[in-house]
Amino acid sequence: MRVALFITCLADQFYAEAGVATVRLLRALGVEVDFPQEQTCCGQPAFNAGHWKEARSLARRTLGIFQDAEYVVLPSGSCASMVKNHYPELLPGDGEALGLSEKVYELSQFLVRVLGVSQLGKGLSGKRIAYHHGCHALRELGVREEPLLLLENAGAEILPWEAAEECCGFGGLFSVKLPEVSLAMADRKLSTLPEAEVLTSTDAGCLLHLSGRMGKGGRNMRVVPLATLLWEAYAG
Amino acid sequence: MQAKAKLYPKEAARLLREKPGVREAVTGATLHFEEGRKKAYGEMDAEALRERAKRVKDHLLTHLDQYLELAEKRLREKGVQVHWAEGPEEAHRTLREIVARHGVKRAVKAKSMLTEELGVNPLLESLGVEVFETDLGEYLIQLLGEPPSHIVGPAIHLSLPEIQRLFHGRFGTPLDASPEALAAVARKVLREAFLTAELGISGANFLVAETGTLALMENEGNIRLSTSLPKVHVAFVGIEKLLPRLADLALFLPLTARAATGQRLSTYVSLIQGPAKEGEEGPEEVHVVLVDHGRTTLLHDLEAWEVLRCLRCGACLNACPVYRQTGGHPYGYVYSGPIGAVLDPGLLGLEEAYPLPYASTLCGACYEACPVKIPIPKLLLTWRKRAVERGLAPTWERGAIQAFAKVMESPTLYRLFSKALRGLPLPQDLLPLLRAWTEGRGPLKPSPKPFHLLWQELKE
Repeated sequence: MRVALFITCLADQFYAEAGVATVRLLRALGVEVDFPQEQTCCGQPAFNAGHWKEARSLARRTLGIFQDAEYVVLPSGSCASMVKNHYPELLPGDGEALGLSEKVYELSQFLVRVLGVSQLGKGLSGKRIAYHHGCHALRELGVREEPLLLLENAGAEILPWEAAEECCGFGGLFSVKLPEVSLAMADRKLSTLPEAEVLTSTDAGCLLHLSGRMGKGGRNMRVVPLATLLWEAYAG
Repeated sequence: MQAKAKLYPKEAARLLREKPGVREAVTGATLHFEEGRKKAYGEMDAEALRERAKRVKDHLLTHLDQYLELAEKRLREKGVQVHWAEGPEEAHRTLREIVARHGVKRAVKAKSMLTEELGVNPLLESLGVEVFETDLGEYLIQLLGEPPSHIVGPAIHLSLPEIQRLFHGRFGTPLDASPEALAAVARKVLREAFLTAELGISGANFLVAETGTLALMENEGNIRLSTSLPKVHVAFVGIEKLLPRLADLALFLPLTARAATGQRLSTYVSLIQGPAKEGEEGPEEVHVVLVDHGRTTLLHDLEAWEVLRCLRCGACLNACPVYRQTGGHPYGYVYSGPIGAVLDPGLLGLEEAYPLPYASTLCGACYEACPVKIPIPKLLLTWRKRAVERGLAPTWERGAIQAFAKVMESPTLYRLFSKALRGLPLPQDLLPLLRAWTEGRGPLKPSPKPFHLLWQELKE
């Protein structure tokens, strides 16, 4: 089986280790990994802000790059949903957009639903983890159980978190268009954060936002993308 | 109501800075409602019932002309006087005539968002009519001279000490009076009003076309006093509030209550069938004013009409983490929260409501909560697309998006950008964005090497 990795621009720039972890994990599970070098951004920031012209041209670019892939895997629920759910809206009647839509998966979703893997190893034994459900992973892709299953089966304890499914306030351009509201949302979310060793999620944007805000408040916690922890689950 | 939606970003920021108590009060109350909704949805096959409700509303909206005619016919058969109002002016004319004909000096009014839209209270006051809001929350904000902060809980943003101060100033109650004591004072004032008002005003949760029945939901148990004690009752009904059949109430009354407050049914439901007949007690005249106010135009908007399914339950406000930070006032119009962000541009025009479609992170919690499955995130995206097409986006945003697209369309530029992020100067257009980000969150810390360079090492 061959998978094309769509690293996404945010992970490429800010959580490069998560990309390394994704490649190592997929290879360890017997999957060949391609990384098309021409890839950049899926266009979501432009799309969400209403700039469809710019978003369309980035979507067409991305379609061209991944059209021959068997599967496309992203370590991001939000970008995965952009390709899966919004490319067909952005490019109505485009067969390629529909074709790509069917083979796009967020990493944990791919592991559980396509590879049928729910047990990666015991590398997270005793780790106390807080899991933030990225909104698009949760509500647009329907990824709720997969990450929890993989983490728990690796020995981690997922701590109860009242606001686990609440939006963190990132929202792409929202975080800079309405900065005060965005920060108030992060503060509310963080005010209920349990005393965990690690905070994780599928999405780099949420993690940048939450860890930045946490740092401002003088709180320190390891914040890493899910992909990093899944590799730790496997490799120990 | 005068719309101030354009000020949303400023007003939201100001409220967070100046009135932190609002955030606390609204978050507490909405989380409570939201928890109730989740539990109440959990007791039934929510997905199936929401889908059914959506279909009934879609059927109604796509046959609206026929159902409006039927409703008018049935209402008249029951002795109700039916009026049509395209907007506030016509609604005002109708009300002015009724006030003049009956020499109305005092009116009692049940809570209604449509009457907020139409500015019924300011009109009545200008005619010398004393108006009493009879819903307790609505009465509080009337005393304060504020608009509702929430579709269902108008005074959701107030804390007990604020209400104690308000009543102390107004009625001389002690500053530490209990909620019960405060309610008793309001009750005394309102009872007097109920007994002496010549006019009762209400909205309607539903108007059943098949039977000409008005359905009103409430928890305080006094709507009937507005609709049956005064000799005249006027109900303002948005044309989208119709339901085809009486049997539909069996679906919509419990679904709306569950969505709004987590109740299986509101404590009181009144079904109004026209004026009192001989030997019955009740109003001598019942008037129904069917109000358009932008709805027909919206109905013909193929990309935005679905918002008209809205039942005004407020579930999306309770579910919305953006609304929770500020309550409804910064949105600057009658309808706030996620539903306001997609309804207000339709009713007011996008130019008047421009920033509202951006008052969301597109998290989708509103869609999950909506009892009639209004695709709010999709509608937000539609209004945003139109805003950009109409040139409403600010210059810095257009510049930033164009710069961003240029960089992302070229792997060479993207790689240069990647280097810049690690030490070289960044494009000017992106700088305001970066500043807005780092102020609240500290500097961005890129990985030492981007993944696309690490990939080279992984290939071997």
